Amino acid sequence: MSLVTARLDEAAAAGRAALIGYLPVGYPDVETSARAMVAMVEEGCDLIEVGMPYSDPVLDGPTIQQAAEAALRGGVRVSDVFTAVRAVADAGAPAVVMSYYNPMLQYGLERFAADLAAAGGAGVILPDLTPEVAGDWLAAAKAHGLDSIFLTALSSTPERLHITAAASSGFVYAASIMGTTGGTPVSDAAERLVADTRAAGAARVCVGLGITTGEQARKVGAYADGVIVGSAFVRQLLDHEGEAGIEALRAKTRELASGVRSAR
Amino acid sequence: MTESLQAAPGPYFGDFGGTFVPEALMAALDELSDAYDKARIDPEFTRELDRLARDYTGRPSIVTEVPRFAAHAGGARVILKREDLNHTGSHKINNVLGQALLTKRIGKTRVIAETGAGQHGVASATAAALMGLECTVYMGEEDTRRQALNVARMRLLGAEVIPVTTGSRTLKDAINEAYRDWVANVETTNYLFGTAAGPHPFPAMVRDFQRVIGVEARAQLLELGGLPDAVVACVGGGSNAIGVFDAFLDDASVRLIGCEAAGHGVETGEHAATLTAGRPGVLHGSRSYILQDQDGQTIESTSISAGLDYPGVGPEHAFLHSIGRAEYRPITDAQAMDAFRLLCRTEGILPAIESAHALAGALDLGRELGPDATILVNLSGRGDKDVETAARWFDLLEEDA
Ligand SMILES: Cc1ncc(COP(=O)(O)O)c(C=O)c1O
Repeated sequence: MSLVTARLDEAAAAGRAALIGYLPVGYPDVETSARAMVAMVEEGCDLIEVGMPYSDPVLDGPTIQQAAEAALRGGVRVSDVFTAVRAVADAGAPAVVMSYYNPMLQYGLERFAADLAAAGGAGVILPDLTPEVAGDWLAAAKAHGLDSIFLTALSSTPERLHITAAASSGFVYAASIMGTTGGTPVSDAAERLVADTRAAGAARVCVGLGITTGEQARKVGAYADGVIVGSAFVRQLLDHEGEAGIEALRAKTRELASGVRSAR
Repeated sequence: MTESLQAAPGPYFGDFGGTFVPEALMAALDELSDAYDKARIDPEFTRELDRLARDYTGRPSIVTEVPRFAAHAGGARVILKREDLNHTGSHKINNVLGQALLTKRIGKTRVIAETGAGQHGVASATAAALMGLECTVYMGEEDTRRQALNVARMRLLGAEVIPVTTGSRTLKDAINEAYRDWVANVETTNYLFGTAAGPHPFPAMVRDFQRVIGVEARAQLLELGGLPDAVVACVGGGSNAIGVFDAFLDDASVRLIGCEAAGHGVETGEHAATLTAGRPGVLHGSRSYILQDQDGQTIESTSISAGLDYPGVGPEHAFLHSIGRAEYRPITDAQAMDAFRLLCRTEGILPAIESAHALAGALDLGRELGPDATILVNLSGRGDKDVETAARWFDLLEEDA
């Protein structure tokens, strides 16, 4: 069983959804971003999504774009992802990398998988890749025992839900809204998407996009295996400098962690 | 006989092309693909498109021989395909009418578009006005400044123009913003993509809507005495170039030459010469050449021409480059502007700065091929939108005007 599924099942055994927190590596710098991820683990995040900043992030809204652009201006490199992954793994949480496809492709898919596994990483979330064109990545991931997490959307046809459920390992990422990160609040349609994704064969389905408060986490945690939060965490680092950012992040993590713990 | 290269269906062109998009867009792309596959062979659709081409765009566009210009091109015979004379002033209208008709067929009521030079935005706003569609155009803030006249034109036509302030504030960022809009509004909205790039079906579909350029030109040249020795076009994303190339792909004697924007010079790193200086990768939905750093981060491109200022290129050009069927050459800002002025002064034709890159390519090629050669140049657009840029380049403005 993978690190990801083991952790999701642990949360389920405790009668709750898992909390999955996203931060981009390199904002405000690599070292601080890694420390911030560890702080999120300490305050109750079950898994961490380590984001790789990208020049053309079509699925990200203004908040994550702003942090990612700053990280790129600061010179963040693909290899910095593995530094953050190592820190998260050492803190005792599974780390999955969230990356657009081209940075992985240019790094070399086999090399990326090998270095991620060596850093103690658990898998990859692929926001702009669908299973049909992921063959090369899937082979590399399998060889290194990594999970590949694909997305389903409110617009996915039943046939596509099956394709995505069959190709995913770890969990399936159900995008709760048609839009970008940090956009409109999570919609009620998300609950139906989770049910449909399960019916298409997915054992574990986590919900992301538009979840920013403990109350929303509580609602989504009632039906999903995991609650994914990104922009709300990134916002804390954008709005508070230095250690104050980490403190604000800790407080936000506690709010969301208590949300998933009061869901069921 | 070898297999025809014409009208390749996609999604792949050799190793290039494909559909690399977020899941949220897959249903819309599948729907568009299906609708296009049906429309393409539906006589009602093709008849309506032909009617619009004739009665609205003004097709066929003429060809014009330009001997006074050609005197500077080694005395070769130079013939221009006059896409600049189309309604709205460029080849972009050919594509947009096709995609707007398709939008009506799939029952969507709103279109979005990205634009660099503003020509695709103007064409989209025009088609939307003609067909009663709502229209939003994304344009990099930098380009809204460079092409202010076209911003006003789009607004006059009833479109909403949204200046994009993220990233490099040019065409690639306008495409990102249009994608974000599409994901959020896909139920009502169709994306009118402006060039022969992006995910399937856009590269093949846009090529099909533009292929009329080459089909007409080939017949017009045969009437004037025979096939040309070379066909030259500028390459931004590659739609006017693939449109004029396609009908000649199987004519082995005809050289196909794409002129990329070399900005301040390829050696300076400030350019948009993707096939000359880029590497294969995935950007904006397909696998092709990209200007990118070691980590796959897109590098910002540079060109005096907003329409060529794009760090990617359509996948069919990457394929034609890989098999050597087409050649791609870099043309600097300075070379393009010299050719721009030369055409104005020798022939009384004001070209778009994009098209001036092809004219500069033809000047070089004519000198290489000599006086027996015939060169067809696709004059993709007119330069009205570029008067201010050119006036500044040539220092023609009164100090306090
Ligand atoms: C007149 C003109 N020519 C060429 C181009 C470049 O586009 P493409 O390479 O798709 O023909 C543009 C784009 O805006 C244009 O306006």
